[in-house]
Amino acid sequence: MAVAEQAYSLRGDRRSRRRRFANTAAEGIALAAALTAIAVLATVVLSVARRGLGEISVGFLTEDLPLFGQPGGGIAPLIVGSALLVAIATAIALPLGVLTAIFLTEFAERRSAAVIQLTLDLMAGLPSIILGVFIFGLLVAGHTQSGYAGGIALSIVMLPLIARSTQEVLRLVPTSHREGALALGASRWRTVVGVVLPSAFGGILTGTVLAIARAAGETAPLLFATSIYANTVTFDPTHALPNIPVQIFIWSESADPNDHKRAWAAALVLLLFVLVTSLLGRAALARSRKKLGQ
Amino acid sequence: MAAVSSIPATQVLGGTQRLRDRFGDRLLFLLTLLASLLAIGAMIAIAYKVFHGAWPAIQDFGLAFLTSSAWDVNKAAFGALPGLYGTAITSFLALLIAGPLAIAIALFLSELAPRAVRGVIGPLVEMLAAIPSVVLGLWGILVLGPFVAAHVEPWLSKTFGFIPIFSGDPNSSGIFIAVLVLAIMIVPIVASICRELFLAVPRELEEGALALGATRWEMVRGVVLSSSRPGIAAALILGLGRALGEAIAVTQVIGAGWWIHKSIYDPGDTLAGRIAAQFQGYSSNEQLSSLFYLAAILLVIGLVTNLAAQLIVRRFDVHRAGAR
Repeated sequence: MAVAEQAYSLRGDRRSRRRRFANTAAEGIALAAALTAIAVLATVVLSVARRGLGEISVGFLTEDLPLFGQPGGGIAPLIVGSALLVAIATAIALPLGVLTAIFLTEFAERRSAAVIQLTLDLMAGLPSIILGVFIFGLLVAGHTQSGYAGGIALSIVMLPLIARSTQEVLRLVPTSHREGALALGASRWRTVVGVVLPSAFGGILTGTVLAIARAAGETAPLLFATSIYANTVTFDPTHALPNIPVQIFIWSESADPNDHKRAWAAALVLLLFVLVTSLLGRAALARSRKKLGQ
Repeated sequence: MAAVSSIPATQVLGGTQRLRDRFGDRLLFLLTLLASLLAIGAMIAIAYKVFHGAWPAIQDFGLAFLTSSAWDVNKAAFGALPGLYGTAITSFLALLIAGPLAIAIALFLSELAPRAVRGVIGPLVEMLAAIPSVVLGLWGILVLGPFVAAHVEPWLSKTFGFIPIFSGDPNSSGIFIAVLVLAIMIVPIVASICRELFLAVPRELEEGALALGATRWEMVRGVVLSSSRPGIAAALILGLGRALGEAIAVTQVIGAGWWIHKSIYDPGDTLAGRIAAQFQGYSSNEQLSSLFYLAAILLVIGLVTNLAAQLIVRRFDVHRAGAR
């Protein structure tokens, strides 16, 4: 008996040792890959924080843009302009995105739904510089740059994101809720407006927040639509609106080291906004999905 | 009699309500349909505007534009070849770096890491995707570029210098820096798609392999990877599409040279990068139209890659659903 047990022992087998080694190596490589990604994230965030933090002051956040070659100045016009651009984009993309999602989940038959979904996915995959070129050709060429043009460009970035995320939460609303409302004699539109949309509200909101986080950092769609602007705070979207991403781009291409410092500080403001917003959006999304999924 | 007399009353009540409901239903349907058609219309308008702007250059240069390396505003001679080369080599090399890394990360997050660790590392990897490209480009040109030129490129050219693309003098802005920045951008995209794929592999198959005595790695290789192959391909193509179209960060780090040098340390340019750099300050209509032509090429490449990825995803989904 003792002899037989020894023969079946797994420990001494060279083949099993090799298999175990391959397993450990593969697990180690996967761990190393994950750590690499996190190290890159930490390096980028810390670089921006280290270089930007020293430049940020109350004056930097509240003053007008510096005139060319002058020291000092601030980014107040950029913050206001970026907020306006994102607000315009949201005002366009949110209703359109939600309506499109309602059409997809409540009305469309399979084939037309497939076509529209494919369109949305292709739209989401468009190189964003193409949007810049498109908006230039549509609204800027022959006219002037404007905040509206920039806002519309950003709305094309946001639309597929909002439509797809809304569609996902609408799908999670149980069919029994719709059937219940219909069985009580409610019409289709009352069911959608009174039952489906309210229970998906949280999900739609968080999807929108995530789209805002994405749009706030987009540079390419704005590059030809709203990039030549005054250095003061502007609220008028019929003129070009100063904005953070384009200004970081301009400063990063400059040869003046002072402009590089400003670029780092503006990048820190943008990065903080984008990371915090998308972190909050993600957390809320996970929660609302869980709630609806039950 | 009482029952009979009450019928008209309810019919009248039901009539106005039904009318209102029918109108509401119709209105909601039309509004949602209109919004959906608007999305399709926007895509058509985008393609139309880009090709419309490119039309003079298409007529002037024809398909020879694709094989010409010229970019001379004074002579009105333009060509796309250096941009095509730059776009191809930057995205291909970026994918070569990012692909294996992203798949390994996805495996770690879906199969290997303890649950608590996944909850921390998963969101962090996705945060990498949230960094705006202009911020990544700023970091690329001011931090990564000088570091790589001082420490990485000399080592690469000493060790792999016998391969032509790795030979040459270090440079703090060039194709290689663009490759690294693009790789950072596409890792989180590919990783998050792959993770979803791996999580969707039926639990029983994985447990079956383990029960048969397979090690974890053997289970991953034999079950998880092999059953997700089409999805991985789609994820890689989507990452490639992102790399092909990135304009801002590439313009910041690539150094803008409209030529084809054999060394990847040298500056170059991509289609998207050239558009971002020159569109604003164009000095002749021929140049503007040529930039539109570059955009049209980029649009076609972008649509084809995305379409390919989406079609694979869709077919793959059907197969999965059918198998279950």
